[in-house]
Amino acid sequence: MAKTHVSTTINNEPVEFLCEPNQTLLDCLRNELQMTGTKEGCSTGDCGACSVTVNGRLVCSCLVFGVEAEGQNIGTIEGIGKAENLHVIQQKFLEHAALQCGICTPGLIVATEALLAENPDPTEAEARYYLAGNLCRCTGYDKIIRAVMDSAAEMRGTA
Amino acid sequence: MSEVKDYKYIGQRTIRPDGFDKVTGRANFGADLTLPGMLWARVKRSPYAHARIIDIDTSKAEALAGVMAVATAADFPAIASETLQMGETSADIRDLARNNLALEKVLYHGHAVAAVAAVSQTIADQAVELIEVEYAELTPVMDVLEAIKDDAPILHDDLFTAGLAETPETPSNIAMRMELKKGDIDAGFAEADVIVEREYQTPTVHQGYIEPHACTVRYDEDGQSMIWCCTQGHFDVRASTAKILNMELSKIKVIASEIGGGFGGKTTIYLEPVALVLSKKSGRPVKLVMNREEVFRASGPGSATRSWIKVGARKDGTITAMQGILHYEAGAFKGSPMAPGVMCVFTPYDVANVHIEGFDVVVNKPKVAAYRAPGAPQAEFAAESAINELADKLDMDPIELRLKNAAKEGTQAIYGPKFKAIGLVECLEAAKNSAHYKSPLGKNQGRSIAAGFWFNAGMSSSVVINMNPDGTVVVVEGSPDIGGSRASMAMMAAEELGIAVEKIKPIIADTDGVGLNSTTGGSRTTFATGMAIIEAAQDVVKQMKERAAAVWNVTLDQVDWVDGVAVNTADEARLSAAEICAAAGSTGGPISARASLTARGAGPSFAVHVADVEVDPDTGKVDVIRYTAIQDAGKAIHPGYVEGQYQGGAAQGIGWALNEEYIYDENGVLENAGYLDYRIPLASDLPMIETVIVEVPNPFHPYGVRGVGESSIIPPLAAVSSAVSNAIGVRMSELPCSPPRVLKAIQSRDN
Ligand code: FES
Ligand code: FES
Repeated sequence: MAKTHVSTTINNEPVEFLCEPNQTLLDCLRNELQMTGTKEGCSTGDCGACSVTVNGRLVCSCLVFGVEAEGQNIGTIEGIGKAENLHVIQQKFLEHAALQCGICTPGLIVATEALLAENPDPTEAEARYYLAGNLCRCTGYDKIIRAVMDSAAEMRGTA
Repeated sequence: MSEVKDYKYIGQRTIRPDGFDKVTGRANFGADLTLPGMLWARVKRSPYAHARIIDIDTSKAEALAGVMAVATAADFPAIASETLQMGETSADIRDLARNNLALEKVLYHGHAVAAVAAVSQTIADQAVELIEVEYAELTPVMDVLEAIKDDAPILHDDLFTAGLAETPETPSNIAMRMELKKGDIDAGFAEADVIVEREYQTPTVHQGYIEPHACTVRYDEDGQSMIWCCTQGHFDVRASTAKILNMELSKIKVIASEIGGGFGGKTTIYLEPVALVLSKKSGRPVKLVMNREEVFRASGPGSATRSWIKVGARKDGTITAMQGILHYEAGAFKGSPMAPGVMCVFTPYDVANVHIEGFDVVVNKPKVAAYRAPGAPQAEFAAESAINELADKLDMDPIELRLKNAAKEGTQAIYGPKFKAIGLVECLEAAKNSAHYKSPLGKNQGRSIAAGFWFNAGMSSSVVINMNPDGTVVVVEGSPDIGGSRASMAMMAAEELGIAVEKIKPIIADTDGVGLNSTTGGSRTTFATGMAIIEAAQDVVKQMKERAAAVWNVTLDQVDWVDGVAVNTADEARLSAAEICAAAGSTGGPISARASLTARGAGPSFAVHVADVEVDPDTGKVDVIRYTAIQDAGKAIHPGYVEGQYQGGAAQGIGWALNEEYIYDENGVLENAGYLDYRIPLASDLPMIETVIVEVPNPFHPYGVRGVGESSIIPPLAAVSSAVSNAIGVRMSELPCSPPRVLKAIQSRDN
């Protein structure tokens, strides 16, 4: 199949890649660009492991075609903090033991960042419903929700 | 052995050593490895639940440009039936091969029949479509009651029921019968004032790990092979792949990637031998990854069961007899977790007269895999529901009834041992005294409790501790970390060495890099691998003291080891670990120690859960509104991750109780092979899950550790379903308590 050339921005850096028209953005990130921080749990939009932002909006990258990234601004887990300089959300996930296997974690951190950008002071119920598209099979969500609420408080400066 | 000690690191909530990689997306999981020249593989799967394979024609697929190899069962060598221990369960290696690629028959919808490797995913997908398979359809057998009928279609002509007094002459779908008994069951029921008796049913469920099975493999011309895969046990991947392909163990190196959940489901193999055949045929590395639909159709699941339970008690609550008949679905090949179910079902109770029969039954569903305390949730769901019903009939509090009959130190367990110190009574007391248990309930709400028992395993572990020249530490272990175990490994090493936990780096070596380790399963890792680490760390301390003694020219007994520093008791001279390690080259060579052991004395972990639910009387929807998980950890090394095990098990059990089930059509085709329709609990489905860590030390472990990973999935099934029963006034004996089933129960009550 002939490949299409895509010019896009990922984590504020200009990026170009070639992909087949039927390849998802998730597949392009992982297999064309070797950005494997974004995970695949289902490829049907049901698990949230592939969460990224497109122009700031939270989406499942398995439901977006790679060619749709043309001219857009994509945000992935690789753009959120580094080991020496973690984002508050990443730090709180570690402090609260909010991950066990960690396969859901990149998606949840991307989704949490999007949640707190939209709603800096969510109630527990709001956080639970916003993150309902991000499945975690290991934790029962308790520690995740605590990490999210604590992140929100810290980011508001009220922790 | 274990006394109350002041610990410096044990019991703290440290940051896990692999944490940074996991929160930044750097951690590499099963599907994350790409090799130069790598091909993409796909599997062709059966469209029938039960059929004879007449012919497989791969010529069109092979002719497609970009297809580099095609594999079928004909590429596997013929191997004899042989039992291989894999994690907590065992597998017949010949069955395992046939589960990886069907031979002669397909036994479930989605059964692998062929595989291709191609230069792109698109071409691999097209090639799979070009493989032509001719089948002769057979009638599928979809549940135990069907399967055990005399005239049921037989799945395997060479399967004869094991465990009967006389060897049968005709094949059967019943693979095995097992029986355990003690006392006189009839006399026990004759003594009873109250008897409850009921049938129970649990559905096929899936472990539901978010990461699909995945591997990248490379077969080299010199016969050496590399397998990178997500597994709970890379040594078992090596052993089973070598058997299936008739290769030498030393020719296969398995690297365990980070693993995105397993819960027992990644203690077996589906892909690795297939990918290796494709790699050998094509001369290229091969990546083979399941999609979610394949995960549901062809991996896991956990056994569906049908059980009959009868329990009798005197008016004062003394249970006089417990009887059960348990049927477990094995799926396509023999080997359900029936035996542990039989051994667990009544084990929380000290009862004089007990009789249990179990049956392992094959049906046309995917071969079941271990699922967290394999076999126990199904059996104990039935038993605990019966105990709750008995408490109602006796008009007794269900915790009091359990306390009156609880197993304790000295109780002879029906499966063999006499219990040493165990924590069931302490867990029950904690439940009774909890604020949760005393809190009031509202309209349409119900509460119940249940207990859970799991043996826990020890098995084999090998570790090496290497001291770096700067006094930092590498702990080389071989237990894949499925829930944060590297944190507890680092903490135990820190505790023994007196060296800060941040200076300790645990790594999980490949199968060539460390001695044999049994699979991560049976809640064994913190217990058994931890024990090996403690032993090796003590050896390191001894060596460091020897080096210091040599430097000071004193005897060993004049050297103390205090917080990672050697202290000369005569003159208070000090040498830090870093100083000793820096000089090690001139004092006898680099410092390292190893330990290999088969750990005995795994301490059972008991759990007690309290569940509150609210039922919508118009729709039958059930919400869990408050939940408390109480469990004996023996000693919690990292309380955060211990709580995490309690909460995660509770959530899985809640899913099992309320929503999760495989739904098949009349042809044996799974209708809900995706997360949308097979609904695991979401963040919005659950409340916070309160936890209580009970600590009754395991006398066989230096710190008192018991495994904590599994027991937590057992109590929710009965606690939640009995809470629903209490809310609606109808006994729920079939799982899941999904809205249609609950609504039907409410309507039958009202009619
Ligand atoms: S992989 Fe995209 S939602 Fe699951
Ligand atoms: S931590 Fe394993 S799925 Fe969330």
